[in-house]
Amino acid sequence: MARAAVEVTNLMVDRLGRPVLRGLTFDIPPGQITGLLGPSGSGKSTLLRCLVGVQRIRSGDVTVLGQAAGSPALRRSVGYVTQSPSVYSDLSVGDNLRYFAAVARAPAGAADRALEQVGLADRAGDLVGNLSGGQKARVSLACALVGSPTLLVLDEPTVGLDPVLRRDLWALFHTLADSGATLIVSSHVMDEAARCDRLLLLRDGRIVADDTPEQVRLHTGTDDLEEAFLRLAEKEEAVA
Amino acid sequence: MSARTTLATAARVLRQLRSDHRTIALLLVVPTLLMVLLRYVFDGSPVTFNSIGLPLLAIFPFVTMFLVTSVAMLRERTSGTLERLLTTPMGKLDLLMGYALAFAVATLLQVGVASAVAFTWLNLEAPGGVAPVVLIALADALLGMSLGLLVSAFAATEFQAVQFLPAIVLPQFLLCGLLAPRDQMLDLLRWISDVLPLSYAVDGMTRLRTEGSFTGQVGTDLAVVVACTVVALALGAATLRRRTA
Repeated sequence: MARAAVEVTNLMVDRLGRPVLRGLTFDIPPGQITGLLGPSGSGKSTLLRCLVGVQRIRSGDVTVLGQAAGSPALRRSVGYVTQSPSVYSDLSVGDNLRYFAAVARAPAGAADRALEQVGLADRAGDLVGNLSGGQKARVSLACALVGSPTLLVLDEPTVGLDPVLRRDLWALFHTLADSGATLIVSSHVMDEAARCDRLLLLRDGRIVADDTPEQVRLHTGTDDLEEAFLRLAEKEEAVA
Repeated sequence: MSARTTLATAARVLRQLRSDHRTIALLLVVPTLLMVLLRYVFDGSPVTFNSIGLPLLAIFPFVTMFLVTSVAMLRERTSGTLERLLTTPMGKLDLLMGYALAFAVATLLQVGVASAVAFTWLNLEAPGGVAPVVLIALADALLGMSLGLLVSAFAATEFQAVQFLPAIVLPQFLLCGLLAPRDQMLDLLRWISDVLPLSYAVDGMTRLRTEGSFTGQVGTDLAVVVACTVVALALGAATLRRRTA
């Protein structure tokens, strides 16, 4: 197997004096979609922030594409989409894309291509502030795609989208993975787990499962991933 | 540092400003209207208008850019765009220089309109010519910008950011020598005014008027303002942390 895209060893993070991540160790294979699943407050966003190098950590190692997370050499290869859309609402969709393309040092045409990928090519002239929540989320995603990153870190990219758009975005994620990109997608909706190549189930700052969806189903003896998560959580509690 | 990123940032900030028509109007019209107001408040005393009017041309952009930058940078911090930018190849210096460039353009427009009205219609005197006045006003605007950037790190909301105006700007205004000559102040106040950068901006403008040209003394005043700007900018850059809790 090729070298892991992300290697995390004994990662511990405290926020506001409370432990949020309690010693995580895992690898993420390259060229796949890894789903980071878990309830709200389980530490998903904090973990993603660690991967892009914006989170202050207490201890542990985070290696991304062979480099320490957040190191300058990685900034051209890692794309990060925060949970709430981080774009300029007082600029048009196209102006946002062109700006982030310039910042990512992307070639000409990258902005238009990214807009097409998220299905917003016809909205380039619209002010972002006038768009719906789901459209803003897609603009934010396009602003990360514009640099053609090797690793895409997406924090709940499909929240608030209708089923058709969600299906289209997941198709896009698979296209990106097929062309060699590694994607890490967080979600608290279990039905999205089935669309991932690999799952990391997070609960209360600990990993309760790190496997393919099939293996998670097999080990828990249920076809329903929601039910599987519940069983894993119960097992965890019984141990603790 | 990358010229493309810096220029793209400057263009982006200007585009944001331009999309806000009311802010642009206020930015351009208010200083000019205040100069007109001042002129007629001192209708019977042209000498007073001349001695206050010139320094005010430098203080207006200082105040405006302080406000605009502190709110704009706070928005970058709270909207997540700053965090996103810091995960890209963009350097902190690219961001700061982009802002500086954009606000320098805005200042030139602001001071241009206010000076045009003041020097023609209102008969404000500029013995050393208009160029040094604009130069000092520009340096002051960038000082306001860098202080605004710095305080935005200490504000969690726009309400707080706006409150930094009376906290940071008004004391400098009271002590800068515009209301009372600095050499006639109590020792303690004079010492304080000696370390506040706005004092040097006003000194420079006053000297420009009394000495009639851009003398070495004016140059020194300008250099102090620029040095303070660089220090505030460096401190502000230190608050742009990639890693946060």
